[in-house]
Amino acid sequence: MQPLLHDACLDTLFMVWWSTLYAVLGGLPLGLLLVLTDRGALLQNVVVNKVLGAVLNLGRSLPFIILIVWLIPFSRAVVGTSIGPSAAVVALAVGAVPFFARLVESSVREVDHGLVEAVQSMGGGTWTIVFKVLLPQALPSLIAGLTTTVITLIGYSAMAGAVGGGGLGNLAITYGYMRHETGLMNITIVLLIVIVTAVQLLGDLVVRRLAGRGGRQAAPVGLRRLLPAQRTPATVPAPRAAAEAEATTAGKAA
Amino acid sequence: MITTTGLTKVYRSRGREVTALDGVDLHVREGEVYGVVGQSGAGKSTLIRCVNLLERPTSGTVTVAGQDLTALAGRGLRAGAALREARSHIGMVFQHFNLLSSRTVQSNIELPLEILGLSGQERRRKALDLLDLVGLADKAKAYPGQLSGGQKQRVGIARALAGDPKVLLSDESTSALDPETTRSILQLLRDLNQQLGLTVLLITHEMDVVKTICDSAALMKGGRVVESGTVAELLATPGSELAAELFPVGGEPSGPDRTVVDVTFHGEAATQPVISQLSRTYNVDISILGAAMDTVGGKQVGRMRIELPGRFEENVVPIGFLREQGLQVDVADVHTPAPADALLKEGAK
Repeated sequence: MQPLLHDACLDTLFMVWWSTLYAVLGGLPLGLLLVLTDRGALLQNVVVNKVLGAVLNLGRSLPFIILIVWLIPFSRAVVGTSIGPSAAVVALAVGAVPFFARLVESSVREVDHGLVEAVQSMGGGTWTIVFKVLLPQALPSLIAGLTTTVITLIGYSAMAGAVGGGGLGNLAITYGYMRHETGLMNITIVLLIVIVTAVQLLGDLVVRRLAGRGGRQAAPVGLRRLLPAQRTPATVPAPRAAAEAEATTAGKAA
Repeated sequence: MITTTGLTKVYRSRGREVTALDGVDLHVREGEVYGVVGQSGAGKSTLIRCVNLLERPTSGTVTVAGQDLTALAGRGLRAGAALREARSHIGMVFQHFNLLSSRTVQSNIELPLEILGLSGQERRRKALDLLDLVGLADKAKAYPGQLSGGQKQRVGIARALAGDPKVLLSDESTSALDPETTRSILQLLRDLNQQLGLTVLLITHEMDVVKTICDSAALMKGGRVVESGTVAELLATPGSELAAELFPVGGEPSGPDRTVVDVTFHGEAATQPVISQLSRTYNVDISILGAAMDTVGGKQVGRMRIELPGRFEENVVPIGFLREQGLQVDVADVHTPAPADALLKEGAK
């Protein structure tokens, strides 16, 4: 029983790791492209925008279990087999790219357009804007989106297990459900909960770190509400101190 | 330094056309602080954004430091390399500062230098120099989120100066600040204008800003420049709306049979005690109903509304005396005391 669980755990982590990597490699540029080609944006291109949007919506609207089955020929063509963790990674990646791309889109869209204008007024081009403004400014939000994607992929990987993908899902179905080993089923459930919780905590920690360096301003609104208000007093000067600082700087300038 | 000719911007959305700029001719001389005022929607924001082509004008030309920027414009919304190069020598300051919250103050100022391709060491040295110039040398490692509004705008100004610009564009740079901070930021802009010979084009809806630092001003209405000139020229223009707004005088006559006169001071006469001279010479009692005097560009200028006893016909001589002193005198309509722009123009003739 222990080697079974051990192998299943590793399979799940394998599937999640690789599919996350592909989701980022595919979703990040596609999400950016979606924002940049939008009407009035830097690389305005209505055709690319509409086609890309439609493709991403298609990927998002298929239930994942159907997507896996539908992609069986594709998986076989890519990795040479339609069962096992490697085959599941193909389906997971295809499912996760549009998911992450949409999250990237909304994160990047939230970046204040004034910052883009400021960099344009300095003579910055499109690449400068993407790499020095859009991505760094959206980073906390992108990490939060990545956390959501990883957790979704853990869930999907369990689903992939149901159709022969291996991993904890496969274990729960074949041993827990089909052989009525309720104990094993419960253990896999606990393991999934532990993994998901760990990922979420790690993601939150990173987001908090990134948001913390810019004071309150950089924290996403939802996060700001959740964090205790006294987290920042060390970094944010009291109004009086700020006023004094302004007064002294004014004096210096004069 | 900055010249726009026939600048027009038309926005089209869902078949409707909105003309934001309607043939704007603006001329900003080298080394002056030029203020464009107007209400929201008058087109002043579009105008300043057209100067560095953040907004592509529909027609007309923009020339900055002898370079025709409209000729450099690339295709579509992307700026060509030549335009980007030209922009890097035009500083811009924004109402909401537009600092990157993910970068420290120093790193924010280094951003334009990164775009210019300076080495790490040069960037660091220049950024610290600029921080010193705006009086924030101790905040280099702070993040914008830890600064007050005035400090953020100082960082914004330092960043705008990084490319050694000859021209600084200020888009409502003090509108989000309290009055005291506004004064200190305006003082900084004035200092930079004088020390670095920086030409400043600023837009604002606050008359106080124009009064405090501008050498010249223009008033925009409905996408057109309706008045423009140096502050002294505007004051000297009878019935100038901008002058009336800059130096508003109010006050109604204390009774019937009084002559109410608006006296405008500019140039030499502003230093003479003409009111007391008038009182002594003609032995008339003068009441001051309202006054707005200020020092603009080192000269005393302003307007004063005074009341003389008796009807206009009885006061022709004292009014003539004021005109002889080189003052501009407008007689206000006694029967319908109204805002300053309803002045009778007879005084000017």
